[in-house]
Amino acid sequence: MAGRTPRSAPSAATPAPDPAATGSSGRAGADPGPGPAGGTGRTAADRARERRSRRYRRDLRWSPYAFIAPFFLFFAAFGLFPLLYTGWAALHRVELTAPTDMEWAGLRNFTRLLGDDFFWNALGNTFVIGVISTVPQLLMALGIAHLLNYRLRGSTFFRVALLTPYATSVAAATLVFVLLFGRDYGLVNWLLSTVGIDGPDWENGSWSAKLAVSTIVIWRWTGYNALIYLAAMQAIPHDLYESAALDGASRWQQFRYVTVPSLRPTILFTCVVSTIGAMQLFGEPLLFSGSAGATGGADHQYQTLGLYLYEQGWVNLHLGRASAIAWTMFLILLVIAAVNALIARRLRSDD
Amino acid sequence: MTARRAGRQLHGGKVTYAVLILFTAGSLFPLLWTAVAASRNNTRLAQTPPPFWFGGNLLKNLGTAWTDANMGTALLNTTVVATTVAAGTVIFSTVAGFAFAKLRFRAKRLLLLLVIGTMMVPPQLGVVPLFMTIAELEWTDHLQAVILPTLVSAFGVFFMRQYLLQALPTELIEAARTDGANSWRVVWHIVFPAARPAMAVLGLLTFVQAWNDFFWPIIALTQNGSPTVQVALTGLGRGFIPDQSVIMAGALLGTLPLLVAFVLFGKQIVGGIMQGAVKG
Repeated sequence: MAGRTPRSAPSAATPAPDPAATGSSGRAGADPGPGPAGGTGRTAADRARERRSRRYRRDLRWSPYAFIAPFFLFFAAFGLFPLLYTGWAALHRVELTAPTDMEWAGLRNFTRLLGDDFFWNALGNTFVIGVISTVPQLLMALGIAHLLNYRLRGSTFFRVALLTPYATSVAAATLVFVLLFGRDYGLVNWLLSTVGIDGPDWENGSWSAKLAVSTIVIWRWTGYNALIYLAAMQAIPHDLYESAALDGASRWQQFRYVTVPSLRPTILFTCVVSTIGAMQLFGEPLLFSGSAGATGGADHQYQTLGLYLYEQGWVNLHLGRASAIAWTMFLILLVIAAVNALIARRLRSDD
Repeated sequence: MTARRAGRQLHGGKVTYAVLILFTAGSLFPLLWTAVAASRNNTRLAQTPPPFWFGGNLLKNLGTAWTDANMGTALLNTTVVATTVAAGTVIFSTVAGFAFAKLRFRAKRLLLLLVIGTMMVPPQLGVVPLFMTIAELEWTDHLQAVILPTLVSAFGVFFMRQYLLQALPTELIEAARTDGANSWRVVWHIVFPAARPAMAVLGLLTFVQAWNDFFWPIIALTQNGSPTVQVALTGLGRGFIPDQSVIMAGALLGTLPLLVAFVLFGKQIVGGIMQGAVKG
């Protein structure tokens, strides 16, 4: 930052330039004691300039904090504080009916979880649905991005059209898919019947329900991830492809040996984001059950952790237990983040 | 295929178009079918084969959804929430992004790292105390309960920082300072105009997100209070109204405003996501 002095227009207009005062730094000038030119040098204009420069320095020093303050204040109030307080509430017995009545419970909420079949069921479901939604989704996104990276007529149309599911809310999307996956009159089973397959009862099967819930996730997020991959692909230097082509690499080999390696950081990024998303899966399983509520199917066959948290807190009214689930999720995410950091470092050292 | 034309300059072949059209159809079909189902009646939806083309009941079903599920109020509430959240996020993110991009202050790197770190914390984890707080404040069923917690976004701050690093010449700020402008004037007269394209994109992305937000609104708001569209749709789906075609009409109503936005600003939204991706 160059401007130590304000060099403002009015200061340039002061008639008699007082070399001693102008040359000295603001701090020395502010101290009247050892002033070199005695009392006569300090005119009203000088003092005004003094004030301005002090205000200027104060502005330079503090306004950055003022600019970032809203973010940190809101984050502290609605992000950090709730997270920490969740940890505190997890150690208590708290009911939704009297949230201020907290009774110390130690680690009981957590130990309960460990012996709770529904918790393990929800954890397993979250994992299974996470895998069968994230893996195909990212693979398809990679393929679509590769195709979008060609020169195409109507490329904007394709991009926007592929992104429209992203504009659809969880609620709207799930309601449509519930109908499409209907047992007797749903479109999916009708299509299957035209090729002679007797479609399953999607909602009540264990695997079919997970598959159906995953389909909603895949439908909503594939286009979004494709665009993220496309952006990264467009940043790959063109000459990498040229030299690969000169070496006789086929299109597939170019994709395999140029595109995918260059995309590794982005792929990792989308994996992490999708994993976090999968951990939080909530709206799809909640609404997929129609009237059944938060159980995630008659057999809890597609109850996720997010849904289980909601059921414990807002259906069974055990806020303390819900907090313990939230913190368990947080710990799992931390582990995922650590593993991710490890992989990222490994990848970097490979290059 | 000559070597010179290889790589990303390559034109897409027939297979490319065929596959893309297939995926596009898959993306659009559920939306189109929502409209088809919303234009039929419940009896027709309970027959095979399912309807593939529009019937004549669209207006009637929209009307029923509108009155029975309180869709008018819900749409209005959602508009208020999404607009406020988008405006707040854009303004706060721009000034914070400007500070991180162009100003010097102590602990800047650390604070920026903190901002990025907060992106990793999913909002679900704090939902219990958040609920306790708004219950204590008696904000349940009031829109501020869903507005305030999402008013700032770490992604937004980072997004604006990355944009302003390049788009805003430091000399311009210094010139303004030389002319006696203080930081607030610099923000108003230089940063905001320079950041306008990114602000528009961030605003659109935030609007879409706020419009579709589900987890927190369904906890903080009820169908009988002041629901957002997503909460109202939950009521439909849970069988307050057992008529499937009406449910689809409700889903259509909740999605339509964003679809219109996509038709109008699709290119910018796509650009924003891609930009955020490269730099994020």
